[in-house]
Amino acid sequence: MIINGVTIDATFAEAFPMKGTRAIITAQNEKWAMIAAQAMTGFATSVIACGCEAGIERVLTPDETPDGRPGVAIMIFAMGGKGLAKQLETRAGQCVLTSPTSALFAGIDGGIRIPLGKNLRYFGDGFQTSKVISGKRYWRIPVMDGEFLAEATTGQVDAIGGGNFLVLAQSQPQALAACEAAIEEMRKIPNVIMPFPGGVVRSGSKVGSKYKTLGASTNDAFCPTLKGSTKKTDLSPDIESVMEIVIDGLTKDDIDKAMRVGIQAVCDLGAENGIMRISAGNYGGKLGPFHFHLQEIMA
Amino acid sequence: MSALTFTLKTQPNQRVDMSPLVCHSLEKLEAAEIAALKLHCGKRKLRVDELFTVSGYDAKHIIIKNSFAKLDYIGKELDGGMIHVEGDVGAYCGMGMKKGAIKVFGSAGIYAGCEMKKGQLEIDGNVGDFLGGALAGNKMGMKGGIILVRGNAGDRVGDHLRRGTILIEGNAGDYCGSRMIAGTIAVMGNTGKFLGHGMRRGTILLWNEPKLSASFNDCGSHTLAFLPMLFTSFNELNSPFASNENAFNRVHRYAGDMSEIGRGEILVKI
Repeated sequence: MIINGVTIDATFAEAFPMKGTRAIITAQNEKWAMIAAQAMTGFATSVIACGCEAGIERVLTPDETPDGRPGVAIMIFAMGGKGLAKQLETRAGQCVLTSPTSALFAGIDGGIRIPLGKNLRYFGDGFQTSKVISGKRYWRIPVMDGEFLAEATTGQVDAIGGGNFLVLAQSQPQALAACEAAIEEMRKIPNVIMPFPGGVVRSGSKVGSKYKTLGASTNDAFCPTLKGSTKKTDLSPDIESVMEIVIDGLTKDDIDKAMRVGIQAVCDLGAENGIMRISAGNYGGKLGPFHFHLQEIMA
Repeated sequence: MSALTFTLKTQPNQRVDMSPLVCHSLEKLEAAEIAALKLHCGKRKLRVDELFTVSGYDAKHIIIKNSFAKLDYIGKELDGGMIHVEGDVGAYCGMGMKKGAIKVFGSAGIYAGCEMKKGQLEIDGNVGDFLGGALAGNKMGMKGGIILVRGNAGDRVGDHLRRGTILIEGNAGDYCGSRMIAGTIAVMGNTGKFLGHGMRRGTILLWNEPKLSASFNDCGSHTLAFLPMLFTSFNELNSPFASNENAFNRVHRYAGDMSEIGRGEILVKI
């Protein structure tokens, strides 16, 4: 398949089941909601070493938030429910509770309920109070700038992590420009995050390593400087840079949509902007049961 | 479907226990069985059709017409459905209610909504003492749901209130919020003496400056984030409480009752 001069490889991205949740952070203004959201989703690019994958889903207008203030929706994904609950709680406690004027609300009403403010309340040292409003429990925790309001729980649902595609370009600036265009479009799709810095990862990995202690190592098949040194290279001579976009989402449909608009944005730039191919992280079925076939998505 | 309607024929001298006439009990009964139900009236037991003219058949919606202040226990332990009462009601209206809605187009006696668990009780007129309170000797009042009073309330509003919301558009009497365990009482009018006497936790929200006991401590003026959410939750009500003009988030906070554990609060609109 070729779109605007860009070859879409007959391959697929492999993704794996995760547990996901969403929280809504509000603050006095969007600036401070964003600061809290960025702090809460920091150091959360990959479950390999961060414990979770997290990102900002989108900015919310005051009429979309429970308390009528500007807000930001964030999503967190982890391999298991326990890990997710722990990450959510520690991040909420250290990054949102501490952030001036912030409040924290559930972003998913259904699912399995996991603590949001339920345990953070103990920071109140006995001065915390709860309010049940429209059937939902909120904790009011006295803090130095006033009160931190946090919904007791949020919903944990089954999710999918590791959807991805690779952008293969003639140069590094062209690969990055294409990825930036893709991310801009993908951020408009609900229920997904792209957890890597700016949504883009330049160090895609393969499963395993020559070093026994490492579970993942550089994806040498797509490293342009190794074209002559690795037997497994998947790059033609004209490709000088490869970048990857990883997508976590609540459902396969959500990831499908995000991949479609992302790949389309890259293809819109086309061969004339140095974009040669779109491929995907395909590890021969070692990673997960969800397969995202690029050509099917773009059909 | 036409509502199951009970129209009072004559006002008996003795009080009437109306507790059998609730939606969930009448749903499975035929018209003749409903007419034959016995209601306690003083020391006598009267058939429903001796007291009321019965019409309609939809037991999920009961209308009581010509009601007066001696009809007690209307909607007692109501478990779904709706009861409309045209006229005043006696004591214990909506007592222990579990689900559903009761609307009284008149005034209510003592212990309205006492120990109710869920649902909605609306009273157009005034109410007597112990609105949403605990029965004498019991330690827990209303545990959930919402009570809206458009007139004035008597003494001891929300006595031993455990959870839920009591909204009063008019004035509240003495000892409002006494011995509150938690929950919310909002009064748009004035409050009487000994406000929040012995309250442990919970919120009393006021539009007018109260007379406070010495056991309430001034915590200063604050903007509280939960208040807009609380007001938003009233949006469905047909009441000034639903109006944006009456919503606020800036309050003066008093903590108390310090003679108890002092985790309660009285919030006064600034």
